Amino acid sequence: MIELWNALPLVIQILLKITAILLPLLAMVAYYTYAERKIIGYIQVRIGPNRVGWRGLLQPIADALKLMMKEIIIPTKADKTLFLLAPMIAIAPAMAAWAVFPFDEGLVLADINAGLLYVLALSSLGVYGIIIAGWASNSRYALLGAMRSAAQIVAYEIAMGFALVGVLVAAGSLNLGVIVEAQQGNLLTWFWLPLLPLFGVYLISGVAETNRAPFDVAEGESEIVAGFHVEYSGMAFAVFFLAEYANMILIAALTALLFMGGWLSPLPQAWTGDLWILQDGFHWLLLKTFFFMFVFLWLRATFPRYRYDQIMRLGWKVFIPITIVWILVVALAVVYRLPPWWSA
Amino acid sequence: MGFEKFLFYVFALITLWASGMVITRKNPVHSVLFLVLAFVGSAALWVLLEAEFLGIVLVLVYVGAVMVLFLFVVMMLDVDIATLRAGFISYLPVGILIASVMAAEIFLIVGPSNFGLDAFPAPAPAGPDATNAADLGRVLYTVYLYPVEIAAVILLVAIVAAIRLTLRRRPDTKYVDPSRQVRVKKGPGRVRLVKMAAEDVAPATVGGADSNVGENS
Repeated sequence: MIELWNALPLVIQILLKITAILLPLLAMVAYYTYAERKIIGYIQVRIGPNRVGWRGLLQPIADALKLMMKEIIIPTKADKTLFLLAPMIAIAPAMAAWAVFPFDEGLVLADINAGLLYVLALSSLGVYGIIIAGWASNSRYALLGAMRSAAQIVAYEIAMGFALVGVLVAAGSLNLGVIVEAQQGNLLTWFWLPLLPLFGVYLISGVAETNRAPFDVAEGESEIVAGFHVEYSGMAFAVFFLAEYANMILIAALTALLFMGGWLSPLPQAWTGDLWILQDGFHWLLLKTFFFMFVFLWLRATFPRYRYDQIMRLGWKVFIPITIVWILVVALAVVYRLPPWWSA
Repeated sequence: MGFEKFLFYVFALITLWASGMVITRKNPVHSVLFLVLAFVGSAALWVLLEAEFLGIVLVLVYVGAVMVLFLFVVMMLDVDIATLRAGFISYLPVGILIASVMAAEIFLIVGPSNFGLDAFPAPAPAGPDATNAADLGRVLYTVYLYPVEIAAVILLVAIVAAIRLTLRRRPDTKYVDPSRQVRVKKGPGRVRLVKMAAEDVAPATVGGADSNVGENS
């Protein structure tokens, strides 16, 4: 098996690896939409989808089929090329960011040194899909949604970037694998504890970056119908939908990786014994990612939408000062080797 | 080496084509988007030069932040292309003159005589373990510490100045003070209940759904 794998040309190997990452990701996106409807249903004391398949398990497939059969309507005065390009621009960075994501020790497609920067740069490109969609639709609501989204994402990206600066100061590396290794130990040596304010800022900024409730003013059904994708239908809309969920999974997985020790087990090594389920491994990363994915849905079911000026205030006047102060704190802690995180 | 060279030409062509489109498109939004493409192309060229830190930062800063704001502004402008293009022919000779002078200057500085492998021998490839960011940081914060700090102070002054320019007090607008909102406690601070006697309402306005209250009062 290994010999057969090694005999394959490098390009084929890489393509197979990409498929091995993206196919489960897309399956996860599909069932994330199902999980969202079910979980929010239960939170609101309803049942949620339960008609297609056993307990509604085939609902995402039915939805996908429906969306594929639908006509893609292009508004008369829309900029046709950009209108069709926008969904692709939205989804491409959400997929490409997984290239540097380590799933386990050494299990990574591209182990580049500037992995954290790469992820940050790519996640900052997703906003183009939204802005271009809003402009190319030639619709007032869409343009308003795009404007809101652009201002919001630029604001929260700074807070997010500063939170990541704190992580890289703490880990001393931009490589995602090394960042996880730096959290080696147990639950208390993970970065969520020394970087608690940055952890909170990162998670909340992540919710804002993905335009999820309570930061979903770019869609704002009650004010601007559906915001930037009001003119989209069929698969063109579905791609935006996929991009949003893929971004949510990415943020959840990154939070698990950067602050919750990635694939590391929460128990100290002396306690784990021979039981593989307690030792470090991919299943821990998956578990933590699922938890943060659940948090996204939990937030949506719990909080009402933020008012626009409150969003801006929170981003610029609360989060950015917090992150700047905490970067200084972390830098001092690293320089003076504060135990137990930087004692070695 | 062959594949790398091929990649270089691909990205160089993309960059050149996109830059050409920036100045020839009629629609400013298209121009901005082609400028984004040009930045991405040059970022790819930097990555080919083993300057992956600079390449990614170019995408992060220019594409991810600066160009978003550009697009934001350009989208809202209502540019009348016809009036902009009106004097094109009459400005053309002067434009060509200035452009050719600039092109000649650029050629004199970065022309083939000053560059190329005989002027600068190809540096040895750094290998996969070299960390670009760490190398850059080490040089910036030791050898070039003062220039970095001076540049940082200048940028800080620019930020303060820009914020000061946009800051204007408008006492007549109503705004919410979130810290006051948060401080509100349950009880007397939140809602003030007023006890008052029921007002005597004229009998004509009570049951009559059709009657116009405004006229009666």
